[in-house]
Amino acid sequence: MPDPVLQIRNVSKSFGSIAANVDVTFDVGRGEILGLIGPNGAGKSSLFNSIAGADTPDRGEILLDGRRISGLGAVACTRLGIGRTFQVVRSFDSMTVLENVMVGAFARTSRTRQAMARALEVLAFCGLGGRADMPAHALTPPEKRRLEVARALATEPHVLLLDEMLTGLTPTEAQAGMQLVRDVRARGVTIVMVEHVMEVLLPLIDRAVVLHLGRKLTEGSPAEVVRNPEVIRAYLGDRYAT
Amino acid sequence: MSTAIVVQVALGGLLMGLVYALVAAGLSLIFGLMDVVNFAHGELLMLAMYATFVIHENSGLDPLLQLPLVAALLFGIGVAIYRGLIARALGVRFNTGMVQIFVTFGLSIFLVGAAQLAFGADFRSISNGLLANRTVAMGAIVLPLSQVAAGLVCLIAFAALALISRTEFGRALEATREDRDAVALIGIDRDRVFSIGWGIGAATVGIAGVMLASFYYISPTVGGNFALIAYVTVALGGFGSLLGALVAGILVGLVEAMTALFIDPSLKQIGIFAIYVLVLMIRPRGLFGRL
Amino acid sequence: MTVRPNAITMRRRRELIGGAVLLVLLALLPLPIANAYLRGLIVLTLLYAGLSQGWNILGGYCGQISLGHALYFGIGAYASAILFTRYGIPPPLGMFASAALGALAALLVGWPCFRLSGHYYAIATLVMGMMVLLLAQNWGFVNAAMGITIPFRKQSWVDLEFRIAVLPFHYLMLAYAAIAWAIAWVVEGSRWGFSWRAVKDDVAAAESLAVRVFPSKMAAAAISGAITAVGGALYAQYVGFIDPDSGLGLSLSVLIALPAVVGGVGTLWGPIVGAAVLIPVQQLSVAWLGGSGNGVDLMFYGALIMALALARPQGLVSLFGARSRAGGEVADRA
Repeated sequence: MPDPVLQIRNVSKSFGSIAANVDVTFDVGRGEILGLIGPNGAGKSSLFNSIAGADTPDRGEILLDGRRISGLGAVACTRLGIGRTFQVVRSFDSMTVLENVMVGAFARTSRTRQAMARALEVLAFCGLGGRADMPAHALTPPEKRRLEVARALATEPHVLLLDEMLTGLTPTEAQAGMQLVRDVRARGVTIVMVEHVMEVLLPLIDRAVVLHLGRKLTEGSPAEVVRNPEVIRAYLGDRYAT
Repeated sequence: MSTAIVVQVALGGLLMGLVYALVAAGLSLIFGLMDVVNFAHGELLMLAMYATFVIHENSGLDPLLQLPLVAALLFGIGVAIYRGLIARALGVRFNTGMVQIFVTFGLSIFLVGAAQLAFGADFRSISNGLLANRTVAMGAIVLPLSQVAAGLVCLIAFAALALISRTEFGRALEATREDRDAVALIGIDRDRVFSIGWGIGAATVGIAGVMLASFYYISPTVGGNFALIAYVTVALGGFGSLLGALVAGILVGLVEAMTALFIDPSLKQIGIFAIYVLVLMIRPRGLFGRL
Repeated sequence: MTVRPNAITMRRRRELIGGAVLLVLLALLPLPIANAYLRGLIVLTLLYAGLSQGWNILGGYCGQISLGHALYFGIGAYASAILFTRYGIPPPLGMFASAALGALAALLVGWPCFRLSGHYYAIATLVMGMMVLLLAQNWGFVNAAMGITIPFRKQSWVDLEFRIAVLPFHYLMLAYAAIAWAIAWVVEGSRWGFSWRAVKDDVAAAESLAVRVFPSKMAAAAISGAITAVGGALYAQYVGFIDPDSGLGLSLSVLIALPAVVGGVGTLWGPIVGAAVLIPVQQLSVAWLGGSGNGVDLMFYGALIMALALARPQGLVSLFGARSRAGGEVADRA
């Protein structure tokens, strides 16, 4: 990897007796869309939480632009340029859509006017411009996903972590979501996406890292990855591995 | 200070601690089950004490023999409170946590007022029960029989609670506690489990109230102090933990007695609070709380 | 950067205009009222509007339900009363000490308690409050259970002593409630306000947006404690007396919280609306129903709290169509 923005180095993490991640190592290139895939229980969310600073790895380290971020906590990771969304949407339901995004914008400014201007800009970018003054809880599920992206973008991340952003959407909604991801990348933001439904991701991502039972199974282009018999076996079950 | 006095005070504290533990157990059970803190818990105790007093005055039935009666009465009150108030409080769409706190606070104010209306603000006591004015002596150590009996009955009630947790209902209780929403899928009626949980929680306090009535004064505001100790006990032991309530209750009783003996009787609760703050710093969820 | 007027900026302007209009109306309110009892009732209502606004900063916006606010009230009352009676420092100055001590106490309580969530936090604050009550009852420096009487020397704005006239106190309490409201208005639109509401709604999401949860709670606690303490100091001057039971009891903690809860937690108008309903009802029910100590007033008051909490969990402000805010529109996940 010529210019890695994010480096995962030998990361291990256990919860009690369950090993969620075992010695995971890979790089994320600047400006790429990386898919982090694997069946349920592969350790994707755990790794995600480690990168976002919500968890601290037991061993190994995570570097952002060459700087160690593992163990610094979610707040510091966000300040240093990691943005994230949540698998189960966590909107601030007592606030309007605009106010939700302003919370993110306040990560970079303490001036309300600036935060508001920034939030309005991000909302328009994410296609939620017309929803700004609605209460967040009144949004439709795909709109809530967009809100999460907008909120994270407002913190001006270098790397955006998207946790199952496309899961549960109709094909049309998923298409719109994928377009949003491409647009975000076009702004120069590197993207790491977790998804357990592989088909959705393949046309979108530049590269994939496959996790299985906490370990990295393989990484490569989408085409390489789907042809890998180990991946097929792990992912789809033995009957597909002919 | 002679050893005998220290031992006697310690034993007295231990016995009182068992009463505290039982009061706390009812609170803890309800909290563990549905994440509701009953701020009218002390007033349930007060109701049980007045019930004992009234029955004793009118029929002469000894407090000790009233145990099943008052426990059943409190069970009914507990179920009624759940059905009438708590189920509604849990059902509101906004601020559930806050509504629950202030609804039970409102209930406690209401019950104090009701007791004042019915019985006046004067202190009452039961002075001629089977247990009254008798003592148990072991060498130089002399304890009032009523307190010894209270401690023993509370211990038995604890054993009964432990047994209940092993029955089928106990397992339904445990399942409901683990996952409130999933239990519906396995055919458990959540509402029924909750109301029985409230019934048992209140009946537990009822038993403590009967025993307390035979040696403690009775007044509309008597519950407040016991409730405060119960909150500390439950927080010390860990919300939802039966064993925690027992251990913490005894600890609270002992610390209270020792503070009164060695420092100053008017500061006896400071000892309890100090222990609480200490545990808070080290184990935020209490001695036996699930982290 | 410029922002075109939008719902938020327009709402905040409306709030400011509404606040100014209300301030003028409340300033004129006592003039046609000759009845001293009624005037006293309004004074008390204004005091609780301010106190509850202070509670609302921590309990409403930040979602940390404190049942120990009497602690800050008592500290404020005692601080200014002791400074005045023993050291001759006039209350307008002593109040600054009250505010500082109130903030400090709130930070000291918050430091261990903010690691707790939900009911654990509520109970910890309750215990802290009772602990200080017990200490005050036994502490000679604050005259233990006897309390401190503030002797009346002369009618004076410096001493804040007006034994005969209630009107000066009306304007003092009005100023207090107005300042508390203004503080709430300012922080609601600031980064702190956004952080607090984010912490209340979802801690994990807040942290992912770089909201520092613990410092946010501490800031809310300090502001809240300071406002409450100043209210305590004013109360001591108004009544001329402070003792542990009137300044530090649990029922006072609940009374401070209730207007915000009844009016609408985490809303700008909730504490005012709640106080306007609750305080007169409570005072009048004591006067009419509870004169003989028969408990009917308590039953009425308790039933009212239960009924309002169940019927209007989002607060009375929702009746006016005002969009209720931090507490209003969702079940909190505490």
